[in-house]
Amino acid sequence: MSAPLDVVAITVFIALFGLVTILGFFAGRWRRGDLDQLHEWGLGGRRFGTVVSWFLLGGDLYTAYTFVALPALLFGAGATGFFAVPYTIIVWPILFVVFPRLWSVSHRRGYVTAADFVRGRFGNHSLATAVAITGIVATMPYIALQLVGIEVVIASLGLHLSVTVAGYTIELPLLIAFVILAAYTYTSGLRAPAMIAIVKDILIYATVLAVIIVIPVELGGYGHIFASVDPKKLLLPDNPFANPGQFSYATLALGSGLALFLYPHAVTGILSSSGREVIKRNAIAMPAYAFALGLISLMGFMAIAAGVKSMPQYAHGFRDFGSNFAVPALLLHMFPSWLVGVAFAAIAIGALVPAAIMSIASANLFTRNIYKEYFNPNCTDKQESRIAKIASLIVKTGGLIFILGFPQNYAIVLQLLGGIWISQTLPAVMLGIYTRWLNPWALLLGWATGIGAGTWMAWTLSFKSATYVLELFGTRVPCYAAVSALTLNLAVSIVLSFVFNAFGRGTDETVAEDYV
Amino acid sequence: MASRSRRRVRLYHLLLLVPFVVLWVPIYNRAEPSFEGIPFFYWYQMAWIVITVVLILFVYRLDRRNGGGS
Repeated sequence: MSAPLDVVAITVFIALFGLVTILGFFAGRWRRGDLDQLHEWGLGGRRFGTVVSWFLLGGDLYTAYTFVALPALLFGAGATGFFAVPYTIIVWPILFVVFPRLWSVSHRRGYVTAADFVRGRFGNHSLATAVAITGIVATMPYIALQLVGIEVVIASLGLHLSVTVAGYTIELPLLIAFVILAAYTYTSGLRAPAMIAIVKDILIYATVLAVIIVIPVELGGYGHIFASVDPKKLLLPDNPFANPGQFSYATLALGSGLALFLYPHAVTGILSSSGREVIKRNAIAMPAYAFALGLISLMGFMAIAAGVKSMPQYAHGFRDFGSNFAVPALLLHMFPSWLVGVAFAAIAIGALVPAAIMSIASANLFTRNIYKEYFNPNCTDKQESRIAKIASLIVKTGGLIFILGFPQNYAIVLQLLGGIWISQTLPAVMLGIYTRWLNPWALLLGWATGIGAGTWMAWTLSFKSATYVLELFGTRVPCYAAVSALTLNLAVSIVLSFVFNAFGRGTDETVAEDYV
Repeated sequence: MASRSRRRVRLYHLLLLVPFVVLWVPIYNRAEPSFEGIPFFYWYQMAWIVITVVLILFVYRLDRRNGGGS
């Protein structure tokens, strides 16, 4: 039908996948804790040291979708896709300065989610609920995109086994991967992705090493790779306000960088570490992934140089997956079968790790900030962790239905909106770590303004792009909508705080010493 | 005395703002000087990853010497 079955690649792929499955179930016994407690199931008992946290955060933040989509962006759109590098540069100083404080106060007060912190800091349920719902809604399409990553890889291996249920065609391999993921997340909690992340990263780094050594040699060196890219795509336009251009590039990097650690799965990764020193050391060690990511992005140009797009054997894949097929096609074209198996397993396992952490993080939010807050305030620890386990299944199933029931494009659009939405929690969470001068009701109205404005901007762009052109003093300035909406949000939050603070505010259960 | 050492802590923490220079695109939106065939745009940004690590490491070491820091 499409690609011929490559037995060696498939065998390697399945063997590695089987290995991590066993690891996932075994992980529950690792540094054993009472999994009937939410912080044991959902934060791994806050016991991960520097090395495990490094793997966990790396697996969490540099997802399979990144490994497929960023090179695809360079492949299709050129230089503008490289914004991920400045983005992952500015993230680490922010992590180093801001988030050890969040860890400390959460450890001291038993917070499991960012919304827990907001509730304690501002004494306002509505604001905490807004933060929790934003987190859950922004995460769901992200989980769906991880499943897209697995889908692309499985299709590239030529594994076509599908069943049709109620009019939906379900790819069996994807379904199997999904069931495995759901089962070990349920039984082992955050320990499962932490352990699997170690295997995933070894595979990813092996693949990256192979890519930067093997492919440039076969393609005649980096000079030749860059020379085969259209010079117009190689750099951004000279006019800084072109679209896409230099200004949109910078705001995309800035907005994404500010948003990253507001995502629930990132907060979960941070809070699961055993101390603030662990977070600081990781701010130093994590950029190793940024370097790998930069090299991986360049695979988009390698795919152009290799000319995979015009090869008939890959026409089918490009038709089904567009530019997202650039990396699989390049690997299939350049690598021996066994290495293809390793690389594809790395991508697929690289999707399981963040998908697991994301579903755990959303489950923590639902349990703590919605279920316990509104439905069962006096629930026992055991009930709490049971609800979280069930919620993790529901969230993941939501992601799966998304992939099966809607065009793939919807997940991408929603993920783009998710980035805009999650940024709007910055004033409450990140500024809240430093000051409680901002009034909770002002923050809530600022949040609503930001969400509304950001969604409207994306809507006027037909949800095709996140770069909205602002008219500023007669100049047309294309700016990442998350950044424009956040600016508006901050302005509203600050101005209204002056007014509302005259009428008093909620109680702060935290004290200054909690943060150090 | 205590407030003076806290002020020193704050000052070298400003080094952590330096990586944000990478957001100033006009500096590096050019092909030359290239390195081993890699246009300036690409190797310059990759170099900032290394610079950022060095800066954070430096601040971390100073924090440790000042007994905990922030």
